[in-house]
Amino acid sequence: MVKIIYVEHNGARHEVNVPEGENLMEGAVQNNVPGIDGDCGGNAACATCHCYIPEQWAGLTGERSELEDSMIELADTAKPNSRLACQIKASAALDGLEVLMPATQH
Amino acid sequence: MATQLKDTRQTQTLPQGSVTWPLPPRERPDVVGADKATLEAYLATAPLEEVDIADPLWWETDTNHVYFRRLREEAPVFFTSVNSNRHRGFWNVVRWNDVMAVDTNHQVFSSEAMLGGITLFDMDPDFIMPMFIAMDQPKHDVQRKAVNPIVSGQNLANYEELIRSRTCEVLDSLPRGEAFDWVDKVSIELTSRMLATLFGWPQERRRMLTYWSDVSTSDPELPGSPGKEERQGILLGMLQEFTMLWNERVNAEPTGDLVSMLAHNPATRNMPPMEFMGNLVLLIVGGNDTTRNSITGGLYFLNKNPEEYAKLKANHGLVENMVSEIIRYQTPLAHMRRTALQDTVLGGQLIHKGDKVVMWYTSANRDDTVLDNPDAFIIDRPRARQHMSFGFGIHRCVGNRLAELQLKILWEEILKRFDTIEVLEEPERVPSAFVRGYKSMMVRIPA
Ligand code: HEM
Ligand code: FES
Repeated sequence: MVKIIYVEHNGARHEVNVPEGENLMEGAVQNNVPGIDGDCGGNAACATCHCYIPEQWAGLTGERSELEDSMIELADTAKPNSRLACQIKASAALDGLEVLMPATQH
Repeated sequence: MATQLKDTRQTQTLPQGSVTWPLPPRERPDVVGADKATLEAYLATAPLEEVDIADPLWWETDTNHVYFRRLREEAPVFFTSVNSNRHRGFWNVVRWNDVMAVDTNHQVFSSEAMLGGITLFDMDPDFIMPMFIAMDQPKHDVQRKAVNPIVSGQNLANYEELIRSRTCEVLDSLPRGEAFDWVDKVSIELTSRMLATLFGWPQERRRMLTYWSDVSTSDPELPGSPGKEERQGILLGMLQEFTMLWNERVNAEPTGDLVSMLAHNPATRNMPPMEFMGNLVLLIVGGNDTTRNSITGGLYFLNKNPEEYAKLKANHGLVENMVSEIIRYQTPLAHMRRTALQDTVLGGQLIHKGDKVVMWYTSANRDDTVLDNPDAFIIDRPRARQHMSFGFGIHRCVGNRLAELQLKILWEEILKRFDTIEVLEEPERVPSAFVRGYKSMMVRIPA
């Protein structure tokens, strides 16, 4: 199990144990973390799992794919450290990761 | 590998270039006019290649699902060539995963208006209205971003009170103990008021927006619809009216409505007139038919499934989940279409550059390899948000949150007021393979 902390825009924190190999959208949805919908089931195709990854974790969470990049670019709330949670898999290296959420998902 | 691909097209029967107007008469099986059971029995057994599922017949009678079930099982990527002198022939993509693959591959599957656009029947080549739903990157992204802020985040929250007070007004004005048309009195009324607000359009003329929406999606071949030239004239009239609004707003302070936003945003302020018109039509149709038909569909489904209606009355907290289920079950836009920019393989079929590829959302939403018991309407379905009705990828519906908000408020307010609303007879359906909806539905609220 990998400890992931989902932080809502208002600062509310949700500490969750996500099985290794599972993506961080599933980790949120299966533990009823509010604010991550996951409408496309993890295909980088809806951007309802949009989140921000703090800089110190960036090297460990991988790169955006072309589709992920396109989907993020269309969001009003996009930032350089935006990612789609469904495109990041839980791994031991990510234990303790803080996943920050935008005010709204679109 | 390539040798195993079965090309189901009858290439030699495809007409060259575009189809000519007026379209030649439609080839139809001799079951036209038969009752629903007969039509379904026909679709269940006819050779797959004999059926033109784009024929309005299968939509007006709500029988198309029989054919799609067979395609999902027997031929999930299948080329229709019957009536190709009307539509040039098209690929049917019917399974969830295949639709997802097309919708998310915008490099290969183009939405471009000049290639025909995003509906099964090509955009009228004499009257191309560029709009960002029918554009590819990079221009699509730029224009979409200009519209996005009005239907997202904080702006949406600002609308909530307004939508609620409108909804209450409309519901409170409904007659009790007598039959009336839900489509006209509720579905159209609410969506036209919303549209007028979005555009900063005068409320007392809101039904003009409904009219233009209907005209722009109408089928010129159907009796009662404006013909091709008349249609162009009506839409140009719309352009004129909106151009006046534009001219008023372009030099004024931003007012937060869509016309003002398009006029002030550097990405859209220099749009040529046809492009302004295209984007108007997109927003009018996008925000109109789809939500309207979900409002009607929801009431219809609850009446067809009394145990679900009972569940809802017992637990008003189910509204939000039910809204997603209504939108899945209705699938207000039955399909979106793409044009292949290169040869490609999908579901074992070789798709040629230039082919039309039709993503049948209405079928993907019933794919039982991905969804549990998809033919049932279940308001507390787990993960109801996972449906195809808004599409996926870069063109995914920009108005989805607004549509959900409107439906949620409507059902919350209905539950506060009425113990039940009875659907009195089968609704009359729109004869279209694109807009899946209702012309009228008679209902009664007990006195
Ligand atoms: C239940 C209601 C609705 C449904 C089912 C619906 C469905 C869709 C679908 C299927 C698409 C194309 C997705 C794709 O190609 O992948 C779309 C795009 C779009 N919709 Fe909606 N829609 C709804 C409500 C609305 C509303 C309320 C608005 C406007 C206020 C709207 C505006 C648009 C626009 C502008 C696009 C084009 C997006 C793009 O190309 O980037 N829609 N919608
Ligand atoms: S779940 Fe749809 S983009 Fe991540």
